Parts: sequence; structure tokens; C-alpha cells
Amino acid sequence: MIEIIGLKKSFNSKKVLDGVDLAIERGKITVIIGRSGEGKSVLIKHIIGLLRPDSGKILLDSKEITALREREFNELRKHFGMLFQGSALFDSMTVAENVGFPLKEHTGLHDDEVMKVVAEKLHRVGLVGIEGMMPADLSGGMKKRVGLARAIVMDPEIVIFDEPTTGLDPIMADSVAELMLETQRALKTTYIVITHDIQLTYKIADMVAMLHQGKIIAKGTVEDIKKNPNPVLKQFLEGSAEGPIKVY
Amino acid sequence: MRELLERLGKMAGALVTNTGLMALMLFHASIYAFTPPIKFRNIFKQMEFVGVKSLFVVVLTGSFTGMVLAYQSFNALKRFGAESLVGPTVALSMARELGPVLTGLMVSGRAGSAMATELGTMRVTEQIDALHTMGVNPIKHLVVPRILAGVLMLPFLTVITDFVGVVGGYFVGVHLLDINPGVYMGRTMDFVNVEDLFYGLYKSIVFGLIISLTACYHGFYTTGGAEGVGKAATNAVVLGCVLILAFNYLMTSALL
Ligand SMILES: Nc1ncnc2c1ncn2[C@@H]1O[C@H](COP(=O)(O)OP(=O)(O)O)[C@@H](O)[C@H]1O
Ligand SMILES: [Mg+2]
Repeated sequence: MIEIIGLKKSFNSKKVLDGVDLAIERGKITVIIGRSGEGKSVLIKHIIGLLRPDSGKILLDSKEITALREREFNELRKHFGMLFQGSALFDSMTVAENVGFPLKEHTGLHDDEVMKVVAEKLHRVGLVGIEGMMPADLSGGMKKRVGLARAIVMDPEIVIFDEPTTGLDPIMADSVAELMLETQRALKTTYIVITHDIQLTYKIADMVAMLHQGKIIAKGTVEDIKKNPNPVLKQFLEGSAEGPIKVY
Repeated sequence: MRELLERLGKMAGALVTNTGLMALMLFHASIYAFTPPIKFRNIFKQMEFVGVKSLFVVVLTGSFTGMVLAYQSFNALKRFGAESLVGPTVALSMARELGPVLTGLMVSGRAGSAMATELGTMRVTEQIDALHTMGVNPIKHLVVPRILAGVLMLPFLTVITDFVGVVGGYFVGVHLLDINPGVYMGRTMDFVNVEDLFYGLYKSIVFGLIISLTACYHGFYTTGGAEGVGKAATNAVVLGCVLILAFNYLMTSALL
């Protein structure tokens, strides 16, 4: 269980998170939705320790991780995987080197053992025979898959996805969603997904939470969310310009 | 007037912040440089990038400078009949000042800007965040090898600049200005000693540190997308060159 309690964060007096409270269950897919620029990325960067809160805390299995020192957090990060919005593949390395990088850094595995795991993970994300390619030569969808393979290469307990379908065509987006479901179901990993993609949300979410103006304004299963009368949530799910959220 | 003061205040504030953050980066890098595991592969890769790939530009710079120096010192020394001193003049100027400074400026333009661009791109495409989330310290992984490469390769490149500078000077002096080759070499040997060479090499170590540190600093803290990456590269080179010239003055006035 990951508990986010009263999390606040400002950048140069600009309030981004204004007291976020959210409990994320283990073994499920939790999707955090919200408009662009609402602070979704900022929120997950706190979970993985890239940012430190101004106030509030995050508990992982009742242990306060926001109080950890950098070195202790580093140990913890080996149990996390993250897929970045732009995939964030190292462009000086081949696909295989990218996927195998965490293994090389943190395990004593030999090169051929690393290659075996890499091939297995690439296979799991539906990519075969591209080990030697460079990230610059891959399409957006392939990059996401390689990024996912890298995120799960250490068999993490928790995987965080920053807008996994943004920038992909609808068919590619759906195939990434399928892939997320498959990989999650296989190991019952905890997936935390942030997105503004409603289709993706409906397809994969066990639990949905909406972030708006620095707070979680609604939370529940997909069914709950669809029935929720909150006008802001309604407007977002319908994708309408009319409603309480003003577009400038 | 008030506006001017506010502007100055802001600039001073930025200067303090930048200097502080850069010192902090250097401090962290020094610690991580000696904490195992030491990433030799990364270090060699950067040494190749800074050293081997700067050879061409350094050879060009050194040889042209040596040749021009020979002409100008000949012109000056001729006025009091001391043409025979062209050799030592060229060699001393190259070894003590121009070798290290020009090498520093050229490497800053070539390798420093490339380093800042590379790290800046890694920052804005979240590759540095990715390293972090994988439990890999980005300072150790990215900054340490670049700083070591700068510090280790600048003396090496400076020796080459000095050498081709002296060869260029010899060529102009002996073949174009008809100075006797025995006199040219003899005088050079008489007046120039190995301390002069080392004096320049010490400087070049500092310049190597300046180049890598300014480049890593600007690249590492890049914000603002592709435009920010361009700015980081420009700032790295400008600051690198200014610091090289300023520290050169300081070191010359302190060491002479
Ligand atoms: N490191 C940072 N420094 C300053 N401002 C930031 C930083 N990271 C994010 N922000 C600001 O926080 C707000 C939320 O950003 P973000 O979390 O990326 O939104 P999104 O919900 O689209 O992921 C934006 O206005 C952004 O400019
Ligand atoms: Mg985002």
C-alpha cells in the first residue's frame, strides 16, 4: 500500500500540489487522471524520490519514504520501475544495453545472462531481434515498448507510467494498453499510471483518481467514476470545453 | 537607478547561486570519483572524446600560432639584432601561455559545448531522471568521467600544441627567415627548460577542470526544452572561455 498524505509542493511560489491525499493499493492498476500541467508528473516524481515535498508525506507499507536519505532511497528504487513520457531511453546505448542497464548496475550477472534476460523481456513486450538497434532508429511505439521492457527488467514490485499513450496513434495506444494489462496480470505488479487518455483509463484501471487544482477531487473504480456527479470530473471524462473548467 | 540596483542585485544573486551549485557539483564529483565501483569504460570513452577527437583542431591551432609567433618575434627582435632569439621566444610563449590557453579555448569550443549539449539533451528528455530512478547516481555516472577526462587530457593536448607550435616556429624561422638551424635549436635549448613546460601543464590541468565543470554544470541543470539545450551549450563555452582567461591571469600573476 502506498499512502500519500497531505502532499504539498510549490515551485517558485507557484502552488502545484496543494494537499494530495491518496491511497494506492498493491497489485492493482491505479490511474491518476488530470489535465496537462496539473502536476501529475510532479506527483509521481515524489513517489520515486526525484522530488521532495514541501510538506506532507508518502508511506510505502507504513514506512515513511519521504523521510529517507538519498542513499536509502536508492536501495528502495531497485523495487521501482518507471516508464517516462518520452521513454527516456539512453540514446548513446543500443536497445539491449538500455534494457540490460539496470541489471548491469545492480546485479552481478554475466553478460550472457544479462542478454538472456534482455531477450526474454523484449520478447514479453513483443519485440524480437532489435537488440542491436539504436533508440534514434525506433518508432514512438517501439520506444515505449523498449522503455517498458527496461522498466520491468528488474522485476519491480511497483511500476510507474508517465503518460504511456501520449503521442501514439490510437491503434498503437491500444496495443500499449494491452501490453500493460498483460504484463501486470502476469506478476500482479502494482502499476501507477498518470494520463489524460480516457480510453486508456477505462480499459486498464482498477482504480481511478482525478487530480485537479492540486488535490484529488474524486476516486473510485471506473464504474464509480462514471457515475460520479462532480461537474469537473464529468467535464473531463466527456472531454467538453463547456463546464466549470474554463479553457483560455 | 533603483532598477539598475535591482538588476545588479539579481545578477549578484545568480552569480552566488551558480558558483555555489558548481562548487557543490565539484565536491560531489570529487567524492564519487573515488567511491567504487569506478566506471573505467565511461572514463575511457570520455577521454577519447575529449583527447583523441580534439587532436586535429589542436594541431592546427598550435602550428599556425607557432608560425605567426616566429614572424612577429623575428620582426621585433630584428630591431635590436637579436634574431637568434626567435626560437626561445616561440618556445617560451607556447609552453608558458599560448599552449595551455589556446588548447583550453579550443577544447572548450569543441568538447565543452558538445558535453553541455549531450547532458542538456539527457536532462530535457528525462534520461537523467531515468538514471536516478534506476538507483544510479547521475553525478557519478555522467559528471565524474567528464571531469576526469578534462583534467587528464588537457595536459596531453597541451604538450601536443606546444610541440607543433615549436615545430611551426622552427619551420618559419629556419626555412623562411633563414635563421641558422643550429643557432635556432641551440638558443632554444639554452633558454628554455623543462620547468617552463610543466608551468604550462599545471595551468592546463586547471583549464581542463574549468571546461568540464562548466559544461557539466550547464548541461546538467538545463531547463526549457531544445532552446534550453542551445543556451546551455553557449553559456558553457562563454563561461568556460572567460574563466580560462581569468584563471590564466591569476595563475600567471601568482606563479611567475
Ligand atoms: N522542476 C520544476 N521546476 C519548476 N516548475 C516545475 C517543475 N516541474 C514541474 N513544474 C511545473 O509544475 C506544473 C505541473 O507540471 P507537470 O507535473 O509536468 O504537469 P502534468 O500534469 O502535465 O504532468 C507545471 O506548471 C510545471 O511548469
Ligand atoms: Mg507530465
